[in-house]
Amino acid sequence: MNGPPEHRPPLLLRIYQFYRDGFRQMTVGRTLWKIIFIKLFIMFAVLKFFFFPDFLATTFSTDAQRADHVIDQLTQSAQGYTNPVKGERL
Amino acid sequence: MIENLDLGMVNWARAQFALTAMYHWIFVPLTLGITWIIAFYHSIYVKTGNEEWKRLTKFWMKLFGVNFAIGVATGIIMEFEFGTNWSNYSWMVGDIFGAPLAIEGIFAFFLEATFFAVMFFGWNRVSKGFHLFSTWMVAVGSNLSAVWILVANAWMQHPVGQAFNPDTARFEMQNFAEVAFSPYAINKFTHATSSSMLMAAFFVISISSWYLLRGRHIVMAKRSIVVAATLGLLASVFTIFNGDESAYEIAQVQPMKLAAFEGLYEGQTNAGLVAIGLINRDKKVYDQQEPFIGFNVHIPGLLSLMANRSFGSFVPGMKDLVYGNAEHNILGAVQKMERGKKAVASLDAYKQAKKADDKAAADVHLASFNEYKEFLGYGYLNKPEEAVPPVALSFNAFHVMVILGSLFPLIFLGYLYFSYKGNLAEKKWLLGLGTITYLLGIMASQAGWIVAEVGRQPWSIQDLLPTTIARTNLTASTVQTTFFMFLALFTLLLIAEISIMVKQINIGPEEN
Ligand code: HEM
Repeated sequence: MNGPPEHRPPLLLRIYQFYRDGFRQMTVGRTLWKIIFIKLFIMFAVLKFFFFPDFLATTFSTDAQRADHVIDQLTQSAQGYTNPVKGERL
Repeated sequence: MIENLDLGMVNWARAQFALTAMYHWIFVPLTLGITWIIAFYHSIYVKTGNEEWKRLTKFWMKLFGVNFAIGVATGIIMEFEFGTNWSNYSWMVGDIFGAPLAIEGIFAFFLEATFFAVMFFGWNRVSKGFHLFSTWMVAVGSNLSAVWILVANAWMQHPVGQAFNPDTARFEMQNFAEVAFSPYAINKFTHATSSSMLMAAFFVISISSWYLLRGRHIVMAKRSIVVAATLGLLASVFTIFNGDESAYEIAQVQPMKLAAFEGLYEGQTNAGLVAIGLINRDKKVYDQQEPFIGFNVHIPGLLSLMANRSFGSFVPGMKDLVYGNAEHNILGAVQKMERGKKAVASLDAYKQAKKADDKAAADVHLASFNEYKEFLGYGYLNKPEEAVPPVALSFNAFHVMVILGSLFPLIFLGYLYFSYKGNLAEKKWLLGLGTITYLLGIMASQAGWIVAEVGRQPWSIQDLLPTTIARTNLTASTVQTTFFMFLALFTLLLIAEISIMVKQINIGPEEN
């Protein structure tokens, strides 16, 4: 990499070669990459897809509906509660 | 509302979150800490040009690589859980944390793709200076990428800089600096990162001690130890200081957590810190049982000093915080529940008035909500005693962390002292202890998170949102299934991690 600039391949090619050679020379790294890919596959293709739907994103189609749902969740316990300040039924 | 919910689901969702978070936190501290230690090793190599330091640096990089690969993306699972199990919570805080966490994720990705690659692949391929710079950038970047998630956690414990919007059901950021630089967040970041540094130092010491006991790689082991023990000593002293600052901050904003992790039922002036004691698991805040079983030792005045920075000051106990204490001007959960119920009722009334298009009524109810909103979360409790977290678990976790934390600087000092004297390899007792120090570090660190998270129950967001409302209305069985799937997956990954790690340790550094 220390040669005069005119003898060097273009920067992008050098970067590509840097990564390529790095990956080629890996030893324990190969096993690790395999583990990473298997793990990512299990997480995204299996767990996320089948078991972890985003509840609000999949159940409702607009943000207004989502907000209403959460407000309902927050106020359910108020049903039947008498406001002690004003003594009126809310 | 709480009566109608299946409480089993909340507990399963919490157990699942605890499992994933604790598993994730096995890998994270080592990454955060060892990247600094490696940067020091690498710097020494560049400065001295001594090949032995290069071999040593490469060896610890390799172990770091194993840890990183197994740990990477384990945190994403928690994000899945937010959307599925904790959808109300996720919706409510989305405005505050969504964008910064996403930016942090992208930043981490680019960092890993560039500087990690140069750090691992750069030997003899890039200039020594750029290579070293990359190694430092990996340390800086890894630690920076922990910032926002810790700020988010701190915000849940002390929700500053926000305003709740009753139309969108979201907490909205009002003041970025208040959120990002709250003292709670700063303490959390410094405590989490410095304790990670000491854990990583123990990782190096455990493995190097094992080599010394076996008579293998002696020069490398001794050199590794000197640097790791120096950094570990500094980190462990700093951890005690910022841990103490954390406790002070908690006394100001989460006094119930402090009372619980100290087993303090009745408030006291000149309150003592428990040095050692067996907490009575059966005691309830309303009964007359003794808080401790048999023998316990308090250090007089130290809890008052820690909580208020003054020996004679009053530290409220759990009873004061549940039932109130007029003499010390402490509002109890009883009174807060009354106000919280008004907040919930006003929110409901506001919603109904808006639906009915009654602007005047909506304004009145909104004003009433704003008056009581700081007690919103208490409106969802059924009994004031629900404001008390699990005392025994909080107490035990805090004391495991603090007792170990007080011991750690001594261990580092021991290593430095005998290294200086030149007879470390003969001190088999110390090396024997040294081999398990990494496990002790993991114990203290996991205990720390138990203090932080169990100790803040029943809240997801302190005083504003209890876990029972933060969650999605799912059945317990759905969460149980995924809990056991995670357990199986994590066990497998952990076996893979340990076996690859042990194999690499057995192989040792590459020969020159
Ligand atoms: C010896 C003195 C120590 C004190 C006074 C102390 C104090 C604390 C306190 C009060 C918390 C709770 C913070 C919260 O609720 O948000 C905490 C959390 C924590 N502690 Fe410690 N600690 C000490 C030592 C240690 C050691 C030795 C480790 C690890 C090796 C450790 C790791 C942690 C971690 C990971 C957390 C959770 C993150 C956080 O909340 O900062 N601590 N510590």
